[in-house]
Amino acid sequence: MADISSNFLGIKSPNPFWLASGPPTDKKYNVLRAFEAGWGGVVWKTLGSQVKNVSSRYSAVDFNGHRVMGFNNIELISDRPLEINLREIREVVREFPDRAVIVSLMADNNKESWHDLIKQTEDTGAHGIELNFGCPHGMSERGMGSSVGQNPDIAKMIVEWVMETATIPVITKLTPNVHSVVPTAKASVEGGTNALSLINTIQSITGIDLDNFVPNPNVGGKSTYGGYCGPAVKPIALKMVASLSLNSYTNKVPISGIGGISTWRDAVEFMLLGSTTIQVCTAVMTHGFRIVEDMIEGLNNWMDEKEFQTTNDFIGKSVPYLTKWGYLDMNYHVVADINQEKCISCGLCYITCEDTSHQAINVEFGNPYNKYTIKEDDCVGCNLCMLVCPVNDCITMLEKRKGSEYLNWLEYQKRGLPLNDH
Amino acid sequence: MTIKNNRLTAQQYKEKFADIHPPFETSGAALLEANRCLFCFDAPCTKACPTSIDVPKFIKQISTGNMKGSALTILSSNIMGGSCARVCPVEKLCEGSCVLHNRQEPPIHIARLQRYSTDMALKSQWNLFKRKNSRGKKVAAVGAGPAGLSCAHWLARQGIDVTIYEKENEAGGLMTYGIAAYKVTPEFCREETDFITSIGGIEIKYNEELGRDLSLADLKKNYDAVFLGIGVGLTRQLEIPGENLEGVVDAIRFIYEIRKDGFSKTAVGDKVAVIGMGMTAIDAATQAKRLGAREVTMIYRRTEKEKPCTDEELEIAKLDGCNIIWLASPKEIHGENGKVRSLLCSKMELGEPDDSGRKFPFDTGETFVLEVDMVIKATGQVPYTDMLQSNRIKLSSGKIRIDANCTTNVGAVFAGGDCVNGGKEVVDAVEAGKEGAKSILKYLGITD
Ligand SMILES: Cc1cc2nc3c(=O)[nH]c(=O)nc-3n(C[C@H](O)[C@H](O)[C@H](O)COP(=O)(O)OP(=O)(O)OC[C@H]3O[C@@H](n4cnc5c(N)ncnc54)[C@H](O)[C@@H]3O)c2cc1C
Ligand SMILES: Cc1cc2nc3c(=O)[nH]c(=O)nc-3n(C[C@H](O)[C@H](O)[C@H](O)COP(=O)(O)O)c2cc1C
Ligand code: SF4
Repeated sequence: MADISSNFLGIKSPNPFWLASGPPTDKKYNVLRAFEAGWGGVVWKTLGSQVKNVSSRYSAVDFNGHRVMGFNNIELISDRPLEINLREIREVVREFPDRAVIVSLMADNNKESWHDLIKQTEDTGAHGIELNFGCPHGMSERGMGSSVGQNPDIAKMIVEWVMETATIPVITKLTPNVHSVVPTAKASVEGGTNALSLINTIQSITGIDLDNFVPNPNVGGKSTYGGYCGPAVKPIALKMVASLSLNSYTNKVPISGIGGISTWRDAVEFMLLGSTTIQVCTAVMTHGFRIVEDMIEGLNNWMDEKEFQTTNDFIGKSVPYLTKWGYLDMNYHVVADINQEKCISCGLCYITCEDTSHQAINVEFGNPYNKYTIKEDDCVGCNLCMLVCPVNDCITMLEKRKGSEYLNWLEYQKRGLPLNDH
Repeated sequence: MTIKNNRLTAQQYKEKFADIHPPFETSGAALLEANRCLFCFDAPCTKACPTSIDVPKFIKQISTGNMKGSALTILSSNIMGGSCARVCPVEKLCEGSCVLHNRQEPPIHIARLQRYSTDMALKSQWNLFKRKNSRGKKVAAVGAGPAGLSCAHWLARQGIDVTIYEKENEAGGLMTYGIAAYKVTPEFCREETDFITSIGGIEIKYNEELGRDLSLADLKKNYDAVFLGIGVGLTRQLEIPGENLEGVVDAIRFIYEIRKDGFSKTAVGDKVAVIGMGMTAIDAATQAKRLGAREVTMIYRRTEKEKPCTDEELEIAKLDGCNIIWLASPKEIHGENGKVRSLLCSKMELGEPDDSGRKFPFDTGETFVLEVDMVIKATGQVPYTDMLQSNRIKLSSGKIRIDANCTTNVGAVFAGGDCVNGGKEVVDAVEAGKEGAKSILKYLGITD
């Protein structure tokens, strides 16, 4: 069995799976259930000044009959009194000493408030602090949350205030509602943050009720932009994590990866791009805490299969495989191949290539089943047909290099090679 | 052993004749199924449908919640899409060709989805079709079966005024009087007919029989064109001794009685023999059993391989507990006091393929006797030869001959459905009605 435990700035947890700051970590009752289920750590729901929430609060995007591809909320930070939260955090830390307990904070915009909140948090015995610079709704209208995360200077200033007094590790949680996460990440590292976490939610409107014209979630006939998360945001989050790992300044601090993680596979992907731990919110909100069982077993089995002893053996392993477009090999070429034995004749490859790609699939009409074959010379190797094919491994892409040497775009241009090859 | 009616309680009848292919119970279930559809290009299911319903399109429309669109997609290809969803042998049509079979998965339940959509259209009485302004052209259709109704609707859409002459006092043809009661109810047939005629421009005159109350010459005189959709008649004679004994009945008539008079009024024997293995034979056997016959035995002169009914239909009969004797042919019906007592059968063997491509059965000389009190004949229907010939319509092997434009040998007289194809399915008749209507429009010089 592999060792899946994790050490994040000295904060230890039996596995790298933490719950992200949100409703699942809003009170002792939930957190105890999460720890009993096996979660390695939690980031407690954001604490700050007393707020009040509205009803309703959530909405979602379904896709082809699957519920909650994407999830959206307009909740604020914890709406429970601060003393109760602090007392419960203290109790949880005592009851589960082997788990990581990090507390998310969002103080009012002045140094005293931050210092005061950090002091009270540290008194609970919590292992770390996460700065919420990401909430994109409600709090941001009050100049907090993503309003901070969108302004590197303000972010840096607040991180500096925090670092003046914090004695436990500080993680800065970034907002994705920016053209690039790098500037604020850099500013936070300059301000002294010990680590970064990302992403918080993406501003969104998930849909509109076509009968009453009100976008959702409907709050008494009106709505407001919410924060989007869940499986739909994973690709965006992965890219943002990668951009920090590729940056020589931000990659000096550890990353806790967040955004659309539902399975051990998702988690491994975030880790391969440089996350030391990962955080989950939506997936437990839609399935309950028990999903961690498979996450633990899946990670273990995968690591055994790949002969990784510890998570450090693979964290960041995929980062070097990312490069700029201009360095991709132009001599690399693949063409689609349809396995006639597996083909069920749905024709999706044909119609998609014909209508939207390169007319590289031939159809022989039959009754009732047509036969589809690839016109190798016309195939540009885009993958589209393989992606839409509903049969596993029916369409595969075969490597047919155009030349043996590595040839990138810069070199290609320099040599004046032909641009229109079809 | 007696033939009698009212064998069961009202509750028993209700249970035994309950819908054999019940609809989706919830819209959620329908959506789940709709989302399984791959949305194939040049879809095999559409190709397999005689009326070419754009199946992937209507299923997609269900999944997007465009229910009116989905109903229109179905009904504009097949105005009896509701009936077809209930009675089509889909296992050999659309569902039989679903590509999911090739992935070793159950096919999409196309018929059930089609029913989901069309039921909603009928219940909500959506006005999906808008009739073009009347063009002052009149067409007479004879027979208000699937062929006649389909033809009439297509013409009415184009602004033609159609009068249908129907010899019975209800529309639907064999949909109303022939098809098994557990597939479709008379109420549904009425609802569907009302839906079809709601477009306007279609008048149905009941109890008007061509050859008795009117002649083809009259129709030709009073209308710009005539469409014959009269179906086929009663069952062919067995031509064996004892055929006139009390207790020997025609399957079509037996089924007609069930549909017309109701379950409790239809008499059935204790021990019933059904001759034949087509759809009609299966329907007669299963319904005899469901009416309370103790023993039903089906007799077919070839083997299971050559049977004209589908595997699914045979399965219904088997599940109903009907006995099946392959390679047997009725030779003589014995009676007592004028009533059926037993059936003498020859044992058969298969020889070389005949005209139909199936192996021809011949008599081995060996016989056996079945003790029965009722014999139901279901050995194919005979066309209305005399009536047609006296109206100078040319036939070939009893079927009306038409050319590529659905035209008979008599000018301005078109035909389609069972009376042309000799007896196929409802869906074929609907398509024939459509084709007939298109030919009539062409004949009338209407191109827009
Ligand atoms: C027992 C049985 C079970 C069947 N089961 C199925 C099934 O499960 N699924 C399926 O798809 N198909 C089934 N069929 C076949 C299907 O019913 C027919 O193919 C279809 O009804 C043919 O339509 P049609 O309009 O051509 O003829 P019909 O339905 O026969 O309609 C002809 C109409 O013309 C009328 N008519 C006849 N002569 C005259 C006249 N001289 N003047 C005025 N009106 C006249 C008749 O009363 C009738 O209303 C079954 C048939 C039978 C007999
Ligand atoms: C209902 C809800 C409330 C949230 N509240 C907070 C919060 O108080 N503080 C915070 O930092 N993030 C909050 N988040 C964001 C999550 O912690 C997380 O960053 C985001 O949902 C992406 O992860 P996921 O795709 O696993 O849900 C909240 C998310 C949801 C769905
Ligand atoms: S890989 Fe792209 S271009 Fe080639 S056959 Fe498939 S869809 Fe067409």
